[in-house]
Amino acid sequence: VCFIPDGLDCSISFVSHVLGKVCVHGRQKEILGVLVPHLTDLTKSDCIWQRICWRLVECVPDRWMEAVVLGFVQRAPGADVLSRLLGNLVVKNRKAQFVVTQKMLLLQYGHTTAVLQNLLGYLSLDSLRRTLLLRVLQELLETWSSSSAVKHSPAEQQLYISKAILICLSHLKEPEIESCRQELLTSMMEGVKCHLDSSLTQLRRLGMVVAESISSKINTEGPVLKFEYEEDDETRELKSLLVQTPPFCVVPSLPDDDRSEKAGAALPLVPESSEKPHTAAPAMPDEELDAELDSDDDLTPYDMSEDKELKIKTPVYIRDCIEVLTGSRAEDVDKWEATVKALESLVRKNPAATREVSVELAKILLHLEEKTCIEGFVELRQRAQVAILTTDPIPVAKYLTSQFYSLNYSLRQRMDILDVLVLAAQELSCPKFHGKTKHSGAQKPCIQLLPGSDSSKDWRRIVDERIKSKTRRFDMGRSHVELASCPNEFNSVAGHFFFPLIQHFDRPLTTFDLLGEDHLVLGRLVHTLAILMYLAVNTVAVTAMGKALLEFVWALRFHTDSYVRQGLLSCISSLLLSVPTDRILADMTEELLETQSWLGDVMEKDPDGDCRRLALQNLLLMENLKKKLEAVPS
Amino acid sequence: MALPPPDPQFVLRGTSAAVHTLHFSCGGPERDIPLLFSGSENGFIHVWNLKTRRVDTALDGHGRKSVYCVETMGGKDRLLSQGRDQRICLWDLAEGRTSVTDSVFTEHVGFCRCSLLKVAQGRWLMAMAARSLEEVQILELPSKTSVCTLKPEVGAKLGMPMCLKLWQLNCDSQPVLLAGYEDGSVVLWNVSMGKALSQLICHQEPVMSLDFDTEKAKGISGSSEKVLSIWSLNEQQNLQVYKTHELVNAGISDITIRPDKKILATAGWDHRIRIFGWKKLKPLAVLDYHTATVHCVSFSDHSNPQQRLLAAGSKDQRISVWSIYAQT
Repeated sequence: VCFIPDGLDCSISFVSHVLGKVCVHGRQKEILGVLVPHLTDLTKSDCIWQRICWRLVECVPDRWMEAVVLGFVQRAPGADVLSRLLGNLVVKNRKAQFVVTQKMLLLQYGHTTAVLQNLLGYLSLDSLRRTLLLRVLQELLETWSSSSAVKHSPAEQQLYISKAILICLSHLKEPEIESCRQELLTSMMEGVKCHLDSSLTQLRRLGMVVAESISSKINTEGPVLKFEYEEDDETRELKSLLVQTPPFCVVPSLPDDDRSEKAGAALPLVPESSEKPHTAAPAMPDEELDAELDSDDDLTPYDMSEDKELKIKTPVYIRDCIEVLTGSRAEDVDKWEATVKALESLVRKNPAATREVSVELAKILLHLEEKTCIEGFVELRQRAQVAILTTDPIPVAKYLTSQFYSLNYSLRQRMDILDVLVLAAQELSCPKFHGKTKHSGAQKPCIQLLPGSDSSKDWRRIVDERIKSKTRRFDMGRSHVELASCPNEFNSVAGHFFFPLIQHFDRPLTTFDLLGEDHLVLGRLVHTLAILMYLAVNTVAVTAMGKALLEFVWALRFHTDSYVRQGLLSCISSLLLSVPTDRILADMTEELLETQSWLGDVMEKDPDGDCRRLALQNLLLMENLKKKLEAVPS
Repeated sequence: MALPPPDPQFVLRGTSAAVHTLHFSCGGPERDIPLLFSGSENGFIHVWNLKTRRVDTALDGHGRKSVYCVETMGGKDRLLSQGRDQRICLWDLAEGRTSVTDSVFTEHVGFCRCSLLKVAQGRWLMAMAARSLEEVQILELPSKTSVCTLKPEVGAKLGMPMCLKLWQLNCDSQPVLLAGYEDGSVVLWNVSMGKALSQLICHQEPVMSLDFDTEKAKGISGSSEKVLSIWSLNEQQNLQVYKTHELVNAGISDITIRPDKKILATAGWDHRIRIFGWKKLKPLAVLDYHTATVHCVSFSDHSNPQQRLLAAGSKDQRISVWSIYAQT
């Protein structure tokens, strides 16, 4: 379609109709692909063309307005271009206003950052439209700070809204910020609270970044809010939105939903070569000849062979360790430090001695607090606990699982108990080569400062591997090395780890309510149970564990916390992978059918992306099961 | 075959508290009793009679707060002591008196020992850490007038002054101050002009103690790390590192060079006293007697070289007195 510039007062409503009809039929790309560049050039300096363009879009009938506006916003190469093309359409036309200020920002979330920049930039470029910008910001903040939105909307939508808020903030001028400072502050406080409550790392980080940005905008002098979090691509991208780039450079559209790549992956910091800023001047050479007589030669040195490094004696006996760790004498701090460092290896070298005092040691370690500043104290303590648990599994597991449900422990201690149980289970269930365990385990022995949403990632990897291993291969491939077999130590104790944990989850205590506020611990518990189930493959108790786990999952399947739901779906995965097929089919058929329909529901309707993926994987596993059944000749 | 290190000649017990500072006064005429002054954590200054090896007097002037510096001012009758009660006390001990004649309120809450220098008959300069974090104040005693305040430049971030040494090349030259700071650097200050002449980063950790040999213009400093740093002063009054010596165990509380400049002693956190030759820092002996950190070492000022002693005070409440390399 090409325009004849004749300057006549022509009616272009026909063209508007055509445009509208084409757009609403889904051909926005084709027609606007041609139209928009033309119009961009034409309207660059020519007012008449600008007015023609405005008339063009204004005359589009309401029923097709949305498609047209959407198309323009997406195709325009920049906010200023959009401003030239659409003019004050959003102010004059109610439908356009609705699309731009409500639909594209609050109801949809699939648009790229560039589109957001266009849209919000467009709103900011004219004084008539700026009131809309403020209104948009307020509504975005309302959504951002509502706790139900944070809990139930998908992470991608929350990311989108956060981006929109940051771009809005970047466009606001001082007087405007002044006028809405109070509301900004209130929303920020409420929003930060909801975000930090969430169990998902990404949401917490989003909350922190947005809150920091809002705080920096409203407190230009004085201290601003500063959180500590790991920077990654997402946070950097978000922060870059706060600063507006000059109008003529096109913002490249950045990928929005790379969660799987970004989770937990911080860019490695360039290690700064720590050059010690040593001496100010070069050292004088030692070989400078001493002309004077060396009267030092008269002084004969004494025997200094005894002069060695001062070593604190580490205890050699387990009972000595107990004495040192429970002793309260302040002077023995050196000995205390040495004991903590040496404890794990002592426990492993003296299994018989450890078994005599295992529960006592476990108790001491559970309550052990850092007396002095040792590097890696938490890890040392955890490894010692794991060592004790693997040396004497049954009594210590009994003790730890009972303490998990006791009063007067902090959440951190309860989660530590879960970590220790998992690490010990891992160690016990693996065949040992050269004394090292070779599991691509779900949890690494390190400090888990954030709830292991990592575990769900690793789960996917493990489940993928297992699915691959179960697919039929026509080619044998290289022969793999035969692993040395040895008895499965986890077999006799799996039940002791698993059942006490699953027993009391619905009984609230005064300070600890799994089904209530402590859903973080519940999430960790569910993940722990999934791992224990997975590690119990080939044990005798696996079927009973499977049944109990299935009941547990069924009771909690509608939990509102997405971290818990992810855990529940992992439980199903490990169940399907660990319990032998014939036992599943013999004992659990009806429950599994019900589970299957629940999984279908989750896959379609769950707001969390990870949950949907896990549900899909579970359904695939179930399909595999069915196929196996059918493949077996009856 | 090297001989095993000697045992202490004798050990003084009875302070009932960790010993933080020692000072000999044995230079008087022959019939005078050689004395050793010790300051302890319980706030007492004990005057030890080295003939009877017992406490002659106990001075209580710091309100039971730890005494971490004692010095005599021209003889055993005038004593200066510095304590954690933020005071420096001047004592008159002549004829059996035990009174505090004067005191200076330093408002310093750290552990930096003051340094005394006699500039004229009856006139002393004293360098001490002042109230403000990085400053060193020079006072004239006994008038207690302030001579100057040595302030590092803004942003220098030296930290607290940890140890001080006032000295002058000879009676007519300007007094200068060597100060070791918390950031590991040693600064040379010109006292009359009040400005820094040179700064040298000797250590990565705070400088715990330093001593200086005015004749050879060479000094040594010890820190909480394993390195002893020896530095020298050239004609342009610039400090340069001469060499470093690595120790077996980290931590030095005190360093002192013997008055004849032949040997030096270090007090270590590893309970050991080390003796080195001063010329080339040749390790000579490791004296292992104490069972806790050694806080201070001091050489005696006997006029008869054969009687020279070395004393070390430790956290284990003992003062060990050694006769080592006295024959040279």
